[in-house]
Amino acid sequence: MSNKMLEIKNLHAEINGKEILKGIDLTVNEGEVHAIMGPNGSGKSTLAAVITGKPGYEVTKGEILFYGKNLLEMPPEERALAGIFLSFQYPVEIPGVTMMNFLKAAVNAKRKYEGKEEMSAAEFLRFIREKQKLVEMDTNLTNRAVNEGFSGGEKKKNEIFQMAVLEPKLAILDETDSGLDIDALRVVANGVNKLRSPERSFIVITHYQRLLDYIVPDIVHILYKGKIVKTAGKELALELEEKGYGWIKEQF
Amino acid sequence: MAKKDDDILKKVTGSEYEFGFVSNIEEEIFPPGLNEDIIRKISEKKNEPKWMLDFRLKAYRKWKSMEMPQWAHLRIPEIDYQAISYFAAPKKPKYNSLDEVDPEILETFNKLGIPLEEQLVLAGVAVDAIVDSTSVKTTFKETLSNLGIIFCSISEAIQDHPDLVKKYLASVVPVGDNYFAALNSAVFSDGSFVYIPKGVRCPMELSSYFRINAANTGQFERTLIIADEGSYVSYLEGCTAPQRDENQLHAAVVEIIVHKDAEVKYSTVQNWYPGDKDGKGGIFNFVTKRGICEGENSKLTWAQVETGSAITWKYPSTILKGDNSISEFYSVAVTNNHQQADTGTKMIHIGKNTKSHIVSKGISAGYSENSYRGLVKVMKGAENARNYSQCDSLLMGDKCGAHTFPYIEVENKTAVVEHEATTSKVSEDQIFYCNQRGISTEDAVGLIVNGYAKEVIKQLPMEFAVEAQKLLQITLEGSVG
Repeated sequence: MSNKMLEIKNLHAEINGKEILKGIDLTVNEGEVHAIMGPNGSGKSTLAAVITGKPGYEVTKGEILFYGKNLLEMPPEERALAGIFLSFQYPVEIPGVTMMNFLKAAVNAKRKYEGKEEMSAAEFLRFIREKQKLVEMDTNLTNRAVNEGFSGGEKKKNEIFQMAVLEPKLAILDETDSGLDIDALRVVANGVNKLRSPERSFIVITHYQRLLDYIVPDIVHILYKGKIVKTAGKELALELEEKGYGWIKEQF
Repeated sequence: MAKKDDDILKKVTGSEYEFGFVSNIEEEIFPPGLNEDIIRKISEKKNEPKWMLDFRLKAYRKWKSMEMPQWAHLRIPEIDYQAISYFAAPKKPKYNSLDEVDPEILETFNKLGIPLEEQLVLAGVAVDAIVDSTSVKTTFKETLSNLGIIFCSISEAIQDHPDLVKKYLASVVPVGDNYFAALNSAVFSDGSFVYIPKGVRCPMELSSYFRINAANTGQFERTLIIADEGSYVSYLEGCTAPQRDENQLHAAVVEIIVHKDAEVKYSTVQNWYPGDKDGKGGIFNFVTKRGICEGENSKLTWAQVETGSAITWKYPSTILKGDNSISEFYSVAVTNNHQQADTGTKMIHIGKNTKSHIVSKGISAGYSENSYRGLVKVMKGAENARNYSQCDSLLMGDKCGAHTFPYIEVENKTAVVEHEATTSKVSEDQIFYCNQRGISTEDAVGLIVNGYAKEVIKQLPMEFAVEAQKLLQITLEGSVG
């Protein structure tokens, strides 16, 4: 019924000659929330990196389509402009560049891509304030340099804030819950939930069930040794929580 | 796009060009070589008084006895001073239309948003039909002269204001100060002269750009700025557009005198031709810039963005002689490809309670070498002198170099001198982070570099600052990823 957004077919990828992804198949439809779980080193972050086009990864086989377009032929910024957003596991610091200027560059790049005019300064400010309120973002953070001196929690909140500003079609959350205390986790999850819509999809990468108590997924995948070994409904996450990854390791 | 510009150009110039304005201009170029006869001829051509000729000859004799300095962290190819022609009449147009100009330069002009008229001047295209700027200039001149401000070429000043020139020329940079200053004193072609009378606040930024048409001043430029008691002036040197010049050696001298309670702000954007990507060609820029805070409570600020030249050797300096005088130095020096820069500042504290503040930001990319060399000297009598120096280096890629050579000499116990230095790198992760937010690599580099250089850029006058930001981005294009 719903439209296909992302299609990953038999994806193989390596870094420094070492194969990490060994044949991934994944389809994400509009409005769906997928959780990808799995033990350390199973390839979760690599999958996020390959989808977003991070340099250093080589795709050796397979394809990724985004609304039918070949994503692997697009440079990273074009993938972003097409509507793919990554909430970084380790957000990068950019000294001297204020969040305001950074966001302005990002928003204007997006508007240009969409054939719209740049926002006026007043318009932009209003837009930013609105989004800040939506994700309960501290207004002071936007006047500081990008992620510089931010606490772990602030960095992650800042990622969600940027997601709210850029209004992506597909958001990939790469271990957004790691290093968060329970209050920050709630803020982050609330932000994500407010952004859920029938047109917007999410891929939530996490080790733990905890985040999925707040962001309830439609589908849960288990990634192990570079392959998706199990796919089921949200109950799979609970099962994992209960049993750990041991049984997966035994089985595969 | 050159086609479109060419059409406009044709419309403006029409057929008049055939009659040529070139013929009105003396096209004399002296034979290469430097000797006393040549200097006499330069002086004669410029119709200079005897004292000026004597000044030149003295400088020449001094220069002959000197040797080129070797201490800078630079690889300077041998320069044959006898192969250079030391006098050329006003530049004749090199091209008949923009179509003949290197498209890469035009591309840069467009990125900088430089109006067509300026593009023509800068690229050296015949611009006889462009007269608008002349009227603009006249309006400026009137406003200034009503306030008693003198702003003219140094050649004119020698004719019209000999007392001022005699009094101040070489008072800050003595004839024999260094090899290149001596050479400049002997053969300087032209330059700017500024005098701001007592208590006058110059109502506009004085820009050397307004004189760009005037003459072939580029190679051995001489600038003299005098701010009398309680006056203020902001002076802009250069422009952000790339400047081409066949003359490989540039040796300018700038002298600034700041009297009691006066303030001078001197901003530079230097964008001389840096040579090609393989390091061929390019300008050697050996400049001596120095100011003196002569009176109490005087202030001199240097703000500069250096992106051009194959080799840069430049240390704008301040002598803090008046008590409570202040000097600030803000610099961004960018080197890319095979460029080399050895730049910095000297702050000489003589007066009591003198303060200096140095912010130097080096950016190296490609195979370039970028050195900061600074001297902070506190003399015996400089009670309570204060200096704060901050030297940051930003590296792009792993083939370039950044070096810091701070010299500190303190002869007074009450002085407080602080020095901080940092080195950082533009990382692939930063670029990818920007890319992931939809920002192109080009814009990302611009964003990161301008963030890094912000402290300096904001010291520049508004319009200059906007252009300088774009310039930084363009200079570093393609240096990451």
